[in-house]
Amino acid sequence: MTKYNLPVGPQHPALKEPASFWFKVEGEVIVDVDIRLGYNHRGIEKACESRNYIQCLYLLERICGICSHAHTTAFAQGVEEILGLEIPARAKYIRVIIAELERIHSHLLWLGVAGHEIGFDTLFMYAWRDRETVLDILELISGNRVNYAMNTIGGVRRDIDQAKREQILGMLDPLAERVKFYTDLVTSEPTCLARLENVAPVPADKAVALGTVGPTARASGIKVDVRRDDPYAAYAEIPFEVITSERGDLLGRAIVRLGEIGESVKIIKYALQNLPEGPLTVKAPRKVAAGEAVSRVEAPRGEDIHYVRADGSDHPERVKVRAPTLANLFAVGESMKGAYVADIPIVIASIDPCFSCTDRMIELVQSRTGTSSVMTWEELREYGIRWYGHGHRS
Amino acid sequence: MDIVLDLVRILIFPGLLFAVLLSLFLEWLDRKIYARMQNRVGPPLRQPLWDLFKLLAKEDIVPERADPFMFTVLPVLTLAAAATAMLYIPIWGPESAYPFWGDLLVIIFLLTVPTMVLFLAGWFSANPFGAVGSFRTVIQFLSYEVPLLLAVLTPAVLAGSWSISDIVRFQQTHPWAMAAQLAALGVGLLALQGKLERVPFDAPEAETEIVAGPITEYTGRRLALFRLSTDVQMLVGAALFSNIFLAGVVGPWYLAILLFLAKIIFLVGVLAALRAMVARIRIEQMRAFSWKYLVPIAVAQMAVIVLIKVGVGV
Amino acid sequence: MSRVGRIFPELIRCLFSPPATVDFPKSEVPVPPDYRGKPVLIQEKCTGCGLCARDCPAAAIEMVEVGAKRPKPAFDYARCAFCAQCAESCRSDAIEITAEHHLAAYDKEGLRWVPRYEGTKEKPAES
Repeated sequence: MTKYNLPVGPQHPALKEPASFWFKVEGEVIVDVDIRLGYNHRGIEKACESRNYIQCLYLLERICGICSHAHTTAFAQGVEEILGLEIPARAKYIRVIIAELERIHSHLLWLGVAGHEIGFDTLFMYAWRDRETVLDILELISGNRVNYAMNTIGGVRRDIDQAKREQILGMLDPLAERVKFYTDLVTSEPTCLARLENVAPVPADKAVALGTVGPTARASGIKVDVRRDDPYAAYAEIPFEVITSERGDLLGRAIVRLGEIGESVKIIKYALQNLPEGPLTVKAPRKVAAGEAVSRVEAPRGEDIHYVRADGSDHPERVKVRAPTLANLFAVGESMKGAYVADIPIVIASIDPCFSCTDRMIELVQSRTGTSSVMTWEELREYGIRWYGHGHRS
Repeated sequence: MDIVLDLVRILIFPGLLFAVLLSLFLEWLDRKIYARMQNRVGPPLRQPLWDLFKLLAKEDIVPERADPFMFTVLPVLTLAAAATAMLYIPIWGPESAYPFWGDLLVIIFLLTVPTMVLFLAGWFSANPFGAVGSFRTVIQFLSYEVPLLLAVLTPAVLAGSWSISDIVRFQQTHPWAMAAQLAALGVGLLALQGKLERVPFDAPEAETEIVAGPITEYTGRRLALFRLSTDVQMLVGAALFSNIFLAGVVGPWYLAILLFLAKIIFLVGVLAALRAMVARIRIEQMRAFSWKYLVPIAVAQMAVIVLIKVGVGV
Repeated sequence: MSRVGRIFPELIRCLFSPPATVDFPKSEVPVPPDYRGKPVLIQEKCTGCGLCARDCPAAAIEMVEVGAKRPKPAFDYARCAFCAQCAESCRSDAIEITAEHHLAAYDKEGLRWVPRYEGTKEKPAES
């Protein structure tokens, strides 16, 4: 059999964001894979250190366009913990509503991308068309489709009034119907099954060993969910099921995500119908006393962890973000071995990767000697000029 | 005068110009139906032509490690072969421009050339995606070619002739023949989808996996010729099927051409719906599908046809 | 459980119904009235305290001298992230968030708005 290297990325039609995968391939079967990240490093954590807490919220919201609410919730919770603030009940419910709407929007987006990766563009178009419903709801509540800017330190910024509540409840049922249709479609269309069933399975023990989180772990039968294990916001008061699947393969991940949309619809309905009265925020001081906190949130893609350290000033001393993709990426590398070249896009897409969320740091390592180094801004600039200016050919 | 007539036939009607324009129309139709089925607007009628002009004007790059001679010859060859096949397709009546006793086989042969060209195109472009695409092209070719041949042979066996004109005349006098070979039409359409490398059988040029497969390195006018060739192949395929499976056309030439158009539009509509309905399957699944389902069905169809032929005695 | 063509009826239904695409700019999807669009300064209310500029996460607000007693905020809509924090930070309700979202301009200057000061009476200048 012919052995060769197949580069996927950093520029490749299957990847919507840059990341580099080097596959060692035998015929059509993948033998090994080398994953390289770091193309999306934006220095957000460092930038947080020179901004005040309010500004950090909006900066962290832009870590990811899809799970923007998850990141701000995690950060706000961390700061509130250092401050010892207890946010009002109504704010907690509104945080839950936005988080679940975001989950629906993220999972429908994933369904479309997955459809595209397996060449089912009709599913892609339909899923994204129906996703507009959720975006409309989010726009109705928050005033924007993607960066909702709903969280603030000490509560939420906007209310959901009675008229909006009625309107949203009316929009949710047709959406739930559509999701039923997609679940039926994905689990019955023979070409879909051919591409998803038993492809790159991750058994439960491996899923634990590789540290998977979120839907990727739940699709391997691991019942982990921060909303249930370490309830934050109003999740302790709202009844919901943690959807799992014993399959471990790509179909399992699709089933789990589609099932979670159904659960999210139920959670939103419950929260809207039981929305407690009261204020939206409690007053938060601009300066945060010295202290540190770790905050966990179940983002649509899995557990999102923020670490905040305050030093008494109005800006954080350190912010650290661990996005779910970093935890799930190792499972991709492992499960890919033995899969086909044709499975590459869908296996990568199956964890719903977000490389811009993940790229938190870059380490410069000399590939020959293995020594790492630090480059100053000025050095980096000169290196860039040398690289491009002299027509470098690799 | 014969030379002039030949040149007009080869270059204008029903040859190159007609084939190109009609195939661009079919590309538009295919894209439009596909888009409307996905609840999108779809391209305007002029879009395929504009795409073609745009590509013709774009920078033409030959990779350093690629073979420049093959890079130049292959795109021309693929379009030439596909457009030549149009000369043997009856359009305005049961007779084509150059009817002879074995034109059906010539068309099948001419349709095979672009596939081989695609394999070579990937092979000589010195690109891993091109190489993977080339392998897949060949594997796919070996999978669909047998059912395609069997499907196309079915009407020929029933009519007892290799000539498209004879097959068309036979079906026009025996309309039940069309119903008797429906399974062959189904197999033929699926195999044609494989030949044209469209979903679900587009593994050889799967965008999300291997960028564009064999034609990854092609740009500008060379890419334009490859795309045009695919369109013309779709036209030839649909036109051939409309003749050998759907009894071709009759009547005065203007009505006949309208009937011809209606039939190919119907067939392209079916192909578009097929590609909107399913996901792409892997190349080894395609091979399995072909040998497990398409070939047995085609063989069974052939057996039925032979039985009919013996029983009815036509 | 495996069924070919589950999506087929939907395909046919879509084929004969109008597309979901909206033909912008001929028609457009309406935004809710409280959409977070362009922030606009109400000059009469502005005290020039600079709280908006301090909290702006995108550094889109710059306090500029316009001849009034205190500097006034100038907006750079090319930088604006439309988070509406300026309106929230403002203690005198001098910044109004409008639903205006057609903000395209041919150059960056077209996206900058600087308040003009005309004598004692402070009037909003046209952008």
